[in-house]
Amino acid sequence: MEAFTTHTGRAVPLRRSNVDTDQIIPAHWLKKVTRDGFEDGLFEAWRKDPEFVLNRPERQGATVLVAGPDFGTGSSREHAVWALQNFGFKAVVSSRFADIFRGNSLKNGLLTVVLPQETVDRLWELTEADPTAEVTVDLVAREVRAEGVTAPFELDENARWRLLEGLDDISLTLKNESDIAAYEASRFSFKPSTTVV
Amino acid sequence: MGRTLAEKVWDDHVVRRAEGEPDLLFIDLHLLHEVTSPQAFDGLRKAGRKVRRLDLTIATEDHNTPTLDIDKPIADPVSRTQLETLRKNCADFGVRLHPLGDVEQGVVHVVGPQLGLTQPGTTVVCGDSHTSTHGAFGALAFGIGTSQVEHVLATQTLTMAPFKTMAVTVEGELPEDVTAKDLILAVITKIGTGGGQGYVIEYRGSAIEKLSMEARMTICNMSIEAGARAGMIAPDRTTFDYLRGRPHAPQGDDWDAAVAYWETLRTDDDAVFDHEVVIDAAELAPFVTWGTNPGQGAPLSASVPDPASFADPSESYAAEKALEYMGLRAGQPLREVAVDTVFVGSCTNGRIEDLRAAAAILRDRKVAEGLRMLVVPGSVRVALQAVEEGLDKVFTAAGAEWRHAGCSMCLGMNPDQLAPGERAASTSNRNFEGRQGKGGRTHLVSPQVAAATAVLGHLASPADLSDAPALVEA
Ligand code: SF4
Repeated sequence: MEAFTTHTGRAVPLRRSNVDTDQIIPAHWLKKVTRDGFEDGLFEAWRKDPEFVLNRPERQGATVLVAGPDFGTGSSREHAVWALQNFGFKAVVSSRFADIFRGNSLKNGLLTVVLPQETVDRLWELTEADPTAEVTVDLVAREVRAEGVTAPFELDENARWRLLEGLDDISLTLKNESDIAAYEASRFSFKPSTTVV
Repeated sequence: MGRTLAEKVWDDHVVRRAEGEPDLLFIDLHLLHEVTSPQAFDGLRKAGRKVRRLDLTIATEDHNTPTLDIDKPIADPVSRTQLETLRKNCADFGVRLHPLGDVEQGVVHVVGPQLGLTQPGTTVVCGDSHTSTHGAFGALAFGIGTSQVEHVLATQTLTMAPFKTMAVTVEGELPEDVTAKDLILAVITKIGTGGGQGYVIEYRGSAIEKLSMEARMTICNMSIEAGARAGMIAPDRTTFDYLRGRPHAPQGDDWDAAVAYWETLRTDDDAVFDHEVVIDAAELAPFVTWGTNPGQGAPLSASVPDPASFADPSESYAAEKALEYMGLRAGQPLREVAVDTVFVGSCTNGRIEDLRAAAAILRDRKVAEGLRMLVVPGSVRVALQAVEEGLDKVFTAAGAEWRHAGCSMCLGMNPDQLAPGERAASTSNRNFEGRQGKGGRTHLVSPQVAAATAVLGHLASPADLSDAPALVEA
């Protein structure tokens, strides 16, 4: 995973609540067997509308998505995170994320930042008034900054450390292989097995 | 202080706990399907890793599989590639796979329980959010992303921060015609699609205890639609009776030891939930959705709500957008909404009991003129059982299509899709924009409402059929 320390970029205001994963990346895109090439599927249905915010010329090259509450509800598809990253997003801000989506994003180095809705509103107003306005998402200082906005955010220390260092979860876990082996040795004998009938 | 069911199962799976770190949890059962696994196997290959516990891993094909002409090559080359990729991955790594055409093939969440692999007190994961279904057995079961699929394949564990706990207590008797589906739709409308966020929900109370395993699976299945990571129901006689004799259920002395353990899996009387919701079963009624998320629902007897009636401006805006997409107007009675498609199936309502319920209503009746009804069993085993009971004949005699097992129109990754503007009454779990096909409109309903709707051509409950006499065929 790529490390995330701090990022500054222009923002896309997405004034919608409950943006589910079927909107972020529709199911027919899920047939791909790679992690890349999902950018054209991002918000595919809405992108048909030339006025949709992502299509506006002034938003091209923006890297921070500022979304409404309950972003990423629905399915567990990690493709939603890959699509946002493939498109160029580095961070997503919302007042509330669906759990699985949040977990997936942090495992891929897409920083999802929870801020109070008032702050999200301020960011929307700012970037709608001035599309060139930049937003900084600073994981070192745990802070989002933009003109007139300095907002601290929470992220548990362990997730933050793994993002800052860009660490691979599996290698970290395998450092505790002896604990896994010990647990395995103590499991009930009646636990199900897929191979023995 | 006592512990909740979820906390007990969690504690029993902690491999490692350290200050300032998430817990390392052991996973008892890992289910795989073709959509969310290819990139995980790729990762293993790149790192030169193998699957740690092949004996705790099983795969099936469901999302892309066609429900017609299954003996012919799959027409869509991209779907075909995805299925072939799963087959190659399972062969390369040695994972047990039930491919299309196999007698154990079916929707992953139907297959696990029917094999007896889903057991009380186990941890079950799958790269699919509806893994919550398995919680009906008192398992801690949740959906994971592809990175986590790779993590479980390589280590048989997951790093996780503990969930919060919520109790949804349903006391009393469900009225006639009110099903588990109506109950869970009502719960989601009550707490909202984000209401369960961060929680494991335990469903309890006398109304839940009376439910069959199938009905309990329907409820736990849709926990994710309330934003919860998992749903659980304490195992009891009903659970044990369902499991006894299944291919992977414990046998002999193991069975007795297992039951002794399973009986301890109850929330202690002095345990405290982080949040509690109480529902009176007697007040429930057949429930349908009118919008584009599962929290936008109402009793069938109600009318489409006025977006202006929502206090929260973002909900009001969402309702307005939903009505626009759904082609509905505020104040329109839900019973008057005409549909052109009815889908019975999915991991929510594609089990034998669901098919029996729909068939009981369709027996000696006809699907309305011009309406398309698809009946898609959740698994091949369910299909075989239905055929044995003659249910397939009931469906085809009524004018419905009897299809091969799979996810089908639940998400339209195979050819079973709605055309733009088409409207479906569907027993699946998501009414998101475009979920069942680009531009398609979905009303989530129970199998009973689906069948009655198919007969009358508009959203209806079985009670509405009483004055429409059954057609007795010569
Ligand atoms: S039936 Fe639908 S919800 Fe269930 S696993 Fe298949 S696509 Fe997902």
